[in-house]
Amino acid sequence: MKHLAVLAALLAPVPALADIDPANWEAVTAEAEGQTVFWNAWGGSTTTNDFIAWVGERVMEDYGVTLEHVKLTDTADAVTRVLSEKQAGEDDDGAVDMIWINGANFAAMKEADLLFGPYAEQLPNWAVVDVEGKTVQTDFTVPTDGFESPWAMAQVVFVHDTADMPDGLGSMQELLEWTAANPGRFSYPQPPDFLGTTFLKQVLVDILPDPSVLADPATDENYDEITAPLWSYLDELTPNLWREGKAYPPTGTAMFPLIADGELDLSISFSPGAASTAIANNELPPSVRTFVLDKGTIGNASFVAIPYNSGSKAGAMVVANFLMSPEAQVRAQNPEILGYGTVLNMDALSEEDRAAFEALDLGIATLSPAELGTVQDEPHPSWATRIADDWMTRYGVSE
Amino acid sequence: MNRRRFLPILPILTLLAMLGPVAAGLWGTLLPAFGHLPAAGLIGPSLEPFRDLFDWAGLPRAMLLSISTGLLATSISLAIVMLVTAGWSGTKPFRALERLLSPLLSVPHAAAAFGLAFLIAPSGWASRLLSPGLTGWDRPPDLLIVQDTWGLTMTAGLIVKEVPFLLLITLAALGQADAQRSVAISQALGYGRVTGWLKTVFPRVYAQIRPPIYVVLAYSMSVVDVAVILGPNTPPSLSVQIVKWMSDPDLAMRLEGAAGALLQLGLVIGALVFWRLGEFVFARLGAHWVGSGMRGKLDRPVALAALAAGAICALSVLFGLVVLTIWSFAGFWGFPDALPDGFTMRNWMRFGPGTLEALGETALIAITVALVALILTIGCLEAEYRYGLTFSQRAVWLLYLPLLIPQTAFLPGLQTLMLSIGADEGRIPVMLAHLVFVLPYVFLSLADPFRAWDTRMGTIAAALRSSPNGVLWRVRMPMLLRPILTALAVGLAVSVGQYLATLLIGGGRVATLTTEAVALASGGDRRAIGVYGLMQTGAALVPFALALLIPTIAWRNRRGLRHG
Repeated sequence: MKHLAVLAALLAPVPALADIDPANWEAVTAEAEGQTVFWNAWGGSTTTNDFIAWVGERVMEDYGVTLEHVKLTDTADAVTRVLSEKQAGEDDDGAVDMIWINGANFAAMKEADLLFGPYAEQLPNWAVVDVEGKTVQTDFTVPTDGFESPWAMAQVVFVHDTADMPDGLGSMQELLEWTAANPGRFSYPQPPDFLGTTFLKQVLVDILPDPSVLADPATDENYDEITAPLWSYLDELTPNLWREGKAYPPTGTAMFPLIADGELDLSISFSPGAASTAIANNELPPSVRTFVLDKGTIGNASFVAIPYNSGSKAGAMVVANFLMSPEAQVRAQNPEILGYGTVLNMDALSEEDRAAFEALDLGIATLSPAELGTVQDEPHPSWATRIADDWMTRYGVSE
Repeated sequence: MNRRRFLPILPILTLLAMLGPVAAGLWGTLLPAFGHLPAAGLIGPSLEPFRDLFDWAGLPRAMLLSISTGLLATSISLAIVMLVTAGWSGTKPFRALERLLSPLLSVPHAAAAFGLAFLIAPSGWASRLLSPGLTGWDRPPDLLIVQDTWGLTMTAGLIVKEVPFLLLITLAALGQADAQRSVAISQALGYGRVTGWLKTVFPRVYAQIRPPIYVVLAYSMSVVDVAVILGPNTPPSLSVQIVKWMSDPDLAMRLEGAAGALLQLGLVIGALVFWRLGEFVFARLGAHWVGSGMRGKLDRPVALAALAAGAICALSVLFGLVVLTIWSFAGFWGFPDALPDGFTMRNWMRFGPGTLEALGETALIAITVALVALILTIGCLEAEYRYGLTFSQRAVWLLYLPLLIPQTAFLPGLQTLMLSIGADEGRIPVMLAHLVFVLPYVFLSLADPFRAWDTRMGTIAAALRSSPNGVLWRVRMPMLLRPILTALAVGLAVSVGQYLATLLIGGGRVATLTTEAVALASGGDRRAIGVYGLMQTGAALVPFALALLIPTIAWRNRRGLRHG
């Protein structure tokens, strides 16, 4: 019998040796032990960095997986790396084992066959993910097809300091009017920062009579016409921005100190709980609150994906699965730690896990799921790319 | 016998370690700049990358920023240093500045830049201290100070760090310029202190400090970390834009980045030529001025203004460190409060562990690189002593070459080249890249004291039957303990401060205190920046303190060696 097994192993087709079967979880965890996973994730937020460090401790404890956080300033860096490795013929043990990804970067990697999978829906914790209520199987309208697994939900919220600006605003048109009356008190991160680009998309989604045209890829024929209102909006808005639009905050978190100092009264965030977390960390004054627009705001999911040439795919899957565990999700949703929305389906959880979520105090500045209202779909990634490029030509090199 | 054969090749090895990566990097820039990048399936030659580069709407301003920052930072720091030295050398205030030199020099550029930003931003400490009492501001004014369109704050950030560097170089040169006697004579002839110094000493000092001035010019034109922290972004300076292109997911953008890198190299060469021509013009005018026999009427106000400027430079770095410290312990700190509501250990608890990890990586790289640089340097100098293999005056320029070629011109090329040959990015390549920048500084720091050693000591030891190696190990090195440790500390500080070399060659996998601190700039978390900035400064400063302390302890009963 033993000989037969050896013979079978020798005769097995080569691809079987290459990649592990995600459905065979026992084999995955066995292989994962001792592996090191280089998780390439945006490193600009200290709370996120702390959370990733905690994930590292936990997967080491439970699975013997070493997690290294490669702190990116731009997720595109990791995409470049994998792409260049493919071109250089490094197909077996690339530098990147896992990427925090979504939107255009995911679309590009999936398109170029740079991802391992499908794996996401075979992971044990997929069973408790909210497939019905949350957009976890499409990413900016692109089907994920199991090539990335979700770990956090995000939605645009506006952050305002009630000490200077008591009431929220209902629409982008109101925002324009408010900035005209309060020049220099609002800004958004400089595109192509993802939050800055999201702000541009949010403007477009809110001012278009029918934003459903954005679900299909932008074409040369319709792009100019559909985005024209956006540019006239921005032409009007820019002179009334902070620093008259001659400088922009580099990222969303960089706007928190500006609010704390009273330079800004209003900014945006892609994480409904971030303001409460920042209050807990002394980064924002306790008078800060959040609001969403009457028609709702753009929302999406954050995913992790595994490059095709990772040498630690099993380890990466263990981390991806752990990120979807109730333990990690409760911690991520805790505003004192991270304040990210959960991807889990409360009804699918055990009594005990559900109680842990219900026990969370979402924080003083966090809207309840009901208050967050309608989640508007992300436009197709082609819109974001073109809009960000155009923005850079129009406003990024202005003066 | 083995060692005899080994020693003579050390100078060659040293030059190779310094210039090899530069040459390889330039080659790796040249090919993609002309459209040749087989790794991305692109075969050149083509002028497409340059066409794309010149199509970029931000190019004129990005180029202008590079040029204006470089020329302004260099000429203003040079003017401050020359006038302070002219007006004050040998006086008490000057000695106070001298004492501040080492600590000021070792503060990494990134930490100094953060400190400056936290001081002079509209919501910075200066504005907080004056508000609302003097300014009437109860919220920060909407003023474009940090990241200003013209890059003036970035220029200021460079000046505060270049002034101590040029002052140190000037002090070393003064000794050989016979300054004191010249000034004494000129004063006896009725010249003012500043005028007399400028007319007699300046030409001789300038001839000696010319290479470091060129280094300052090249560095200021192509700096990345200071520009990321203090520079404008609409558009950024050319070097920052090059780094952005190099990290675009679209590999084809690397071609544009490489073209930009060649343009940056061209700009630096152009600026150096311009500066050289300026020297001729200046020399003509200066000769005319000297010949005019004017004794100098404005000496006193000029000297006072220069001293004030020098003091402002020193104080902005020092107060920058103070404000970093305050932020690192700050609870909530609203505007315009002069101090936070409360002090807390929370920030250090949160970021401390992360900084320790980065400190380990930083120390491992810095210690290895500085030691290798030290060994190569001592080897070169000893070879020079034993076999008379001296560097000619021309060859001294080779030492400055890696510092004169803009980092953004060859590091991206080196990265692309490593990618093309499938070499792994990581710690060892990073160390090799650091060595390029560390070696010249270690060599320049140690060369003079090593050569100044009294060779009669060696003769005596040899007469007592000591071998050449015995002389080196048992006489020369112990006697030169202080300069050797200082050179080591210089090497450590240079390595600790490296940003671009670590970022690009490490492929993001090598996280040092500097890369982590600069990465935090985009997040804007001032408490985290405070913690990382202080740790980074500490990593550079502690070796200098040890370099002072160890010889004092080791030679506590050898009075003659204590100042050696």
